[in-house]
Amino acid sequence: MLLAIHIDWPLIIEKLALILVVVMGSLGIAMYTTFAERKVAAILQDRRGPNRAGPFGLLQPLADGLKLFFKEEIIPNFSSKFLFILGPSLAMLTAIMTSAVIPWGSSVHFFSRDIPLQIANVDVGILYVFGVVSLGVYGIMVGSWASNNKFSLMGGLRAASQIISYELAMGLSLIALIMVTGNLSIKGMVETQVQNPHWYAWNVFKQPLGFLIFLICAFAECNRTPFDLPEAENELIGGYHTEYSSMKLGFYLFAEYINMFISSVIMASLFFGGYDLPFFNEAAHADWGNWLALIGIAALMAKVVFFLFLFMWVRWTIPRFRYDQLMNLGWKILIPLALVNMVVTGGLILYFNR
Amino acid sequence: MQALTNRVKHVDRKPMSFIERLYLPAIFKGMFITFMHIFKKKPTINYPEKKRPFSPVFRGLHILNRDAEGRENCTACGLCAVACPAEAITMEAAERKAGEENLYREEKYAAKYEINMLRCIFCGLCEEACPKDAIYLSETFAPSDYQRKQFIYTKDELLIPHPIEQPEAYKKALGNRAKTNTTN
Repeated sequence: MLLAIHIDWPLIIEKLALILVVVMGSLGIAMYTTFAERKVAAILQDRRGPNRAGPFGLLQPLADGLKLFFKEEIIPNFSSKFLFILGPSLAMLTAIMTSAVIPWGSSVHFFSRDIPLQIANVDVGILYVFGVVSLGVYGIMVGSWASNNKFSLMGGLRAASQIISYELAMGLSLIALIMVTGNLSIKGMVETQVQNPHWYAWNVFKQPLGFLIFLICAFAECNRTPFDLPEAENELIGGYHTEYSSMKLGFYLFAEYINMFISSVIMASLFFGGYDLPFFNEAAHADWGNWLALIGIAALMAKVVFFLFLFMWVRWTIPRFRYDQLMNLGWKILIPLALVNMVVTGGLILYFNR
Repeated sequence: MQALTNRVKHVDRKPMSFIERLYLPAIFKGMFITFMHIFKKKPTINYPEKKRPFSPVFRGLHILNRDAEGRENCTACGLCAVACPAEAITMEAAERKAGEENLYREEKYAAKYEINMLRCIFCGLCEEACPKDAIYLSETFAPSDYQRKQFIYTKDELLIPHPIEQPEAYKKALGNRAKTNTTN
């Protein structure tokens, strides 16, 4: 029966290997992002940050993870146990799922097969990313509902309303980008930026306002300052984290860092050329083979590191928004701005195609 | 309205201009300031490797003193225990026997002398109360420990090293209190 259906075993194996590498890589990078956050925060605040756990404090995330494991696992009595555990799981799931459509590099050549470094080259990559990010709201809502706590519910409602408001502006800014590039798949967008030899190849030069709006919305999606009202509420009232302890809390916190990492990668891919190394003609060096893919991955990681630093830099500079100021910005300022951006982009495309 | 003093600061209540309402220039200015902090010198002291210098009158751990021949000064008079506002000192006196002349200065000595470091507030009143220059507060501070019991320091932990048998340790423990001539 198995022989009757032609199963492409090498494809399955290479996809599985890629999934393993990408997921482990995302988790590892998110772990060290927590460490980097503390170090960057310290450096921006005239102090040193953790440097005791291991050389230069590099084993600190391990220590944090172990601490969370050893804490007591509390599940409140009257909450729905299934939903309680589902909340953080959904948050983590949607955080990692978005990494499936991102092109991490051009293709590598192993065992006489060309393996593209992307788990799923979906034709509607950006739409998929959007769908999954919208699912992320469920993680917060389910978590706050299952806590059986009025204040958690209110905190979760605020968080959810913040996320959905900024998703709109994000989508609208992306529509303008899609009009310019002409296809929805992320791989396609990166390829157009890679093939284009001019210095203005990167989409950020074609859509600066779109990039700005997308950046602000990415801050809001990841619940990062200045939009970190859901997190600040943890100190003030409760927020959706209140009833969680040990690894479930760890999942929520970790999912935020994975979200940050994935948002950085998406911004780098859509606007800054993904795995494109500027002023480097890939086609001329095609004889380097697999090393070209490695250079691409290194370029992408450099951009991601810059964006992560930007996230942290902004966090430790700007005070947080009040809730009404946040909603004001999302609905009354960003959405009209994104619409104007779309209209102007459309007009300019028509003009230049004439 | 006329101002009462000449230190009035006039608040600028003009409505924000368009550039100001964008917030972005102000944000960039702030981010630049924060960025410059990366290159400033950090005031952190890496503790176990480097220690912060203390002043000469720093009140740290207690030390029970001996005189120049190595005899304990403390006569268990109890003045330090009475002076202590936190009631951290307890002691039991004993009489000096015939062969112990070189151990204790006077006929009464402290057989058991305990200070509870968790109660001590390091005020130094015991040092001021002592008539025999027997207790003083040195420059070290109490190290951390895992159990409460281990914070009750007994006499042998508090006693200064013997000046004749362990002269270097004695000098180190005296710290900056080394006097050229002892008066009593």
